Amino acid sequence: MSLERIPVEQLDSPEKNRISRNRWLLTRRTCQLLMLALFLAGPFLGLWVIKGNLASSEVLGVLSLTDPLIMLQSLFAGHAVYVTAIIGAITVSLFYVVVGGRVYCSWVCPINMATDLAAWLRSRLALSRDLVIPKQVRYVVLFLVPFLCWQTGTIIWEFVNPITIFQRGLVYGAGLSWGVVLLVFLFDLFVTKRGWCGALCPVGAFYGLLGAKSLIRVNAGRRNRCTDCGDCYQVCPEPQVIVPALTGEKKGLSPLILSGECTNCGRCIDVCPENVFNFSHRLTNIRP
Amino acid sequence: MAFLKSRRKFIGRILQYLGSLGVFGFLIAGHAQREKTGLPAIVIRPPGALSEKDFLSACVRCGLCVRNCPFDTLKLAELGEPVTTGTPYFVARRIPCEMCTDIPCLEACPTGALSHALLDINKADMGLAVFTGVDTCYAFTGIGQCRACYLACPVKDRAITMEAHRRGGRDVFMPTVHTDYCTGCGKCEHDCITDQASIKVLPRHLVKQDAGLVV
Ligand code: SF4
Ligand code: SF4
Ligand code: SF4
Ligand code: SF4
Repeated sequence: MSLERIPVEQLDSPEKNRISRNRWLLTRRTCQLLMLALFLAGPFLGLWVIKGNLASSEVLGVLSLTDPLIMLQSLFAGHAVYVTAIIGAITVSLFYVVVGGRVYCSWVCPINMATDLAAWLRSRLALSRDLVIPKQVRYVVLFLVPFLCWQTGTIIWEFVNPITIFQRGLVYGAGLSWGVVLLVFLFDLFVTKRGWCGALCPVGAFYGLLGAKSLIRVNAGRRNRCTDCGDCYQVCPEPQVIVPALTGEKKGLSPLILSGECTNCGRCIDVCPENVFNFSHRLTNIRP
Repeated sequence: MAFLKSRRKFIGRILQYLGSLGVFGFLIAGHAQREKTGLPAIVIRPPGALSEKDFLSACVRCGLCVRNCPFDTLKLAELGEPVTTGTPYFVARRIPCEMCTDIPCLEACPTGALSHALLDINKADMGLAVFTGVDTCYAFTGIGQCRACYLACPVKDRAITMEAHRRGGRDVFMPTVHTDYCTGCGKCEHDCITDQASIKVLPRHLVKQDAGLVV
């Protein structure tokens, strides 16, 4: 096996060290923390770059941003949403349509840090007991959310949404919002591996659909180098998305990870010892 | 046989879906029900807020109204408070609404939960002041000559007047709220000098237009 390996000097990058094995992870954590810091800098330091929270905000007093799923809930609940929020939601949507919908999950959402930690601890502690929750449940939840909004006339998901509850808690006063994060964390740690983001959260499901045709994609471009070590599947929050790209060569499938469920977290790029993966864009798909 | 097996598998799968959805749905429904319970009487919504039912369909809980209030009046409800989590409110006795003429809280609201149809803060309808001080109010009991509430009112002489009454052989004055003009800003409640305010702002729906001492 090792004889067939491409010699190190022919690889694009040399053997990975601790940093390069976590490059995207570190970039991503920086981005997540920066997002939090930007929202917190206003109330705590008086630096008003962003006012508001993840539900809706105002950047530098000019650009308004609104979470499109929350705006949709409001529409379904029967409110004629004011134009500012509509423009904000369109702006946010356009961004994620380009960079990948679930970039929200892995680069912005603060809950992701808790669920990533749970997943990491799980593998560290070799916890394997799983309650099987089908990954499609989140789409059913996503379908139920607008339905229930319409039925109850309220923005119903915002009663439970741990993302906005927690982030709002940090920015405006915590209350019990830490408890929500703890619940999600414990759920992921002890009940189901990647259970919250991977099977239940309708926000992730929504952004996944939003970015189903997004431009930026992970590419298993050097899949012929894959040694089937399985590291990428282990680390990926949505391992099913890697399968067609990595193993589909014979079936003529693109090496691009095309599923909207991929969060563009880049962990596979990080961990693959053979440097199979890299960030790329959908247009490379046109080439045979 | 294979058919039976796959059917069993299929049914198992369906049960799995229903089970996880059921548990999840149950938790959410329970929580949502709790969240929808009505507002406590001391909780006042910002100026221009739609009726409570419509407000809950409109407000995305962003807090931009809170941020734009120059007086720190508004607050977003924290999880665990008896107000729908994340929605803005104020408690008049703590910090009342100063009735800014440019209504910056409303101006900032991206969704219209604070209705942009409200152009004049004097037409705001946050709540209604109610005189509760028959036994406590300095002016009405005749203990003193207080008229702090009247002086505090931004719409004084229209929303609130001190009306003379004959009580126990003496001339006393009762702070009297006029429903057509009271905006519910809470300045009177805030400035009232008695331990417990002798005049209180209540959500309008709790006070009938022609109720009790209101003229
Ligand atoms: S495929 Fe890669 S980038 Fe996409 S979610 Fe999985 S690990 Fe992250
Ligand atoms: S009118 Fe002024 S004081 Fe009253 S809530 Fe709005 S911003 Fe605050
Ligand atoms: S600005 Fe509007 S949408 Fe945002 S919290 Fe205030 S009332 Fe709600
Ligand atoms: S401020 Fe209070 S005590 Fe004074 S007159 Fe008004 S209600 Fe009475």
